Amino acid sequence: MAAISREEVAHLARLSRLAVTEEELATLAGQLDVILQAVAQVGEVTAADIPPTSHSVPLTNVLRDDVVASCLTPQEALSGAPDAAEQRFRVPRILDEDVAS
Amino acid sequence: MTDLTSFSAAELAGLVARGESSAVEVTQAHLDRISAVDDRVHAFLHVDTEGALAAARDVDSRRAAGEPLGPLAGVPVAVKDVLTTKGVPTTAGSKVLADWRPPYDSTIVRRLRAAGTVMLGKTNMDEFAMGSSTEYSAFGPTHNPWDLSRIPGGSGGGSSAALAAYETPLSIGSDTGGSIRQPGAVTGTVGVKPTYGGTSRYGLIAFSSSLDTPGPCARTVLDAALLHEAIGGHDPLDSTSIPAPVPDVVAAARLGASGDLTGVRLGVVREFAGEGAEPGVLAAFRAAVETLTKLGAEVVEVSCPHFQYALPAYYLIAPSECSSNLARFDGVRFGLRVGDDGTRSLEEVMSATREAGFGPEVKRRVMLGTYALSSGYYDAYYGQAQKVRTLISRDFTTAFDQVDALISPTTPFVAFPVGARTADPYQMYLADLFTIPSNLYGGPGISVPCGLADGLPVGLQVMAPTMADDRMYRVAAALESAVGPFTPPAL
Repeated sequence: MAAISREEVAHLARLSRLAVTEEELATLAGQLDVILQAVAQVGEVTAADIPPTSHSVPLTNVLRDDVVASCLTPQEALSGAPDAAEQRFRVPRILDEDVAS
Repeated sequence: MTDLTSFSAAELAGLVARGESSAVEVTQAHLDRISAVDDRVHAFLHVDTEGALAAARDVDSRRAAGEPLGPLAGVPVAVKDVLTTKGVPTTAGSKVLADWRPPYDSTIVRRLRAAGTVMLGKTNMDEFAMGSSTEYSAFGPTHNPWDLSRIPGGSGGGSSAALAAYETPLSIGSDTGGSIRQPGAVTGTVGVKPTYGGTSRYGLIAFSSSLDTPGPCARTVLDAALLHEAIGGHDPLDSTSIPAPVPDVVAAARLGASGDLTGVRLGVVREFAGEGAEPGVLAAFRAAVETLTKLGAEVVEVSCPHFQYALPAYYLIAPSECSSNLARFDGVRFGLRVGDDGTRSLEEVMSATREAGFGPEVKRRVMLGTYALSSGYYDAYYGQAQKVRTLISRDFTTAFDQVDALISPTTPFVAFPVGARTADPYQMYLADLFTIPSNLYGGPGISVPCGLADGLPVGLQVMAPTMADDRMYRVAAALESAVGPFTPPAL
């Protein structure tokens, strides 16, 4: 049985903000199925009482002194932007017109 | 005079320090070599000729003024294109960043400049460091100098191929699951993944933040140690940087070069010494184990029962972190933007941008991670993988109660032909079978050339406890003194 359906892969693409083509969808569904069946092996390990590890270095957060230091100028920060206006990143409209109005 | 590109970094630094050669001469020799061979190797995505010569002139004038120079002053270095370089293109091997010139230097690059090294340029890599062959670079694959029809490993294939092709004596890589060590192994060069937190991630374009580790690549163990010392150590700009001095890796490499390993206990990882690797790789590994024994090391077999689950755990943890990290490529603050014609919404522009900007492996991993983190699957996939990560770390600590360091082949197979594994992504993932456990645990690993199989290089991996990087340098240098060097055929 497949671990993941084509419909689920299409849903994942939407969640991932990837406008994949129908052809890609077919290829990805097959490949993700193979990968998911392989990685599902982690389920073979009995680990009910084992704490999870999210990070290998046991560090706690540290706060630095709140002092003014040099940082990027607005011009530098915007230097790689695809579009900028009035010292801001310009983006396409966020809301549909019927929602915005 | 012998070609300057044939010298080690330590030798070149000596030539410059004694005034027997200038930094400009050393730099020009390597730029000339790049011009002569890189159309065939394609190790570089960008060569910064002017910047390199300016840095070299600066070293020469400082020397002329009698200023003290560091141990690598005037030595060229190539940097994997995943580390930001102020004003110099940084693409991470992706179309999404094809035209990006970062406004700041990564900490590693800043330290390279401070050490007086000369940055030649940026090296090719699998897109966002995801891959084991550089075939997933958006700008075409790198070719292995040992056999141009074969891959140089990945993701840092450019950094390792540049060493094997004598285009640079030093390079920088990044290792999330083996991206420094596996290219080192298949190109017959040295590759080091330092302890996680031992080298700064500031300015390293993030793939999997709990695993990503920048590190040194070189043709000799001593050169790797000198580079490690130059780039390592605490960085307040990286909150996961370890506030401790760099282990004395240079002294350890010099000690190891004496060829005496008396009193050193090494453990062969039982689970990695049998099936799963090519016969030629296993034969070279077993011969290296005999050599290490002759050098005085006591070699025993050690079991790490959960290592067999490292690969599946990694391919849940790394894609999960990647799906989150790569959300920043949304066509807003930097890089590509596609479809912004006034008719599309922000979300449509984002989806079109990411579809056009990302290659197939990045898409697979972003979607895989999105799946593993989604409600309903989180506990069975990502949560369970994190528990397996704990068990793998416990395997390491149990093993290090018995031995000083662990050894295995670096990678199950020698350099494979271009195109051999791209059709089946999981076959590509197997290249990192033996390197992934150290990333999940956080400890250091080194790959050092140990022999040839069918005329292609085989690497031996030494794994050490966290912040005991010096131990693996000693073992690797001893092996190198007994079996090296391995030189590829002339290009």
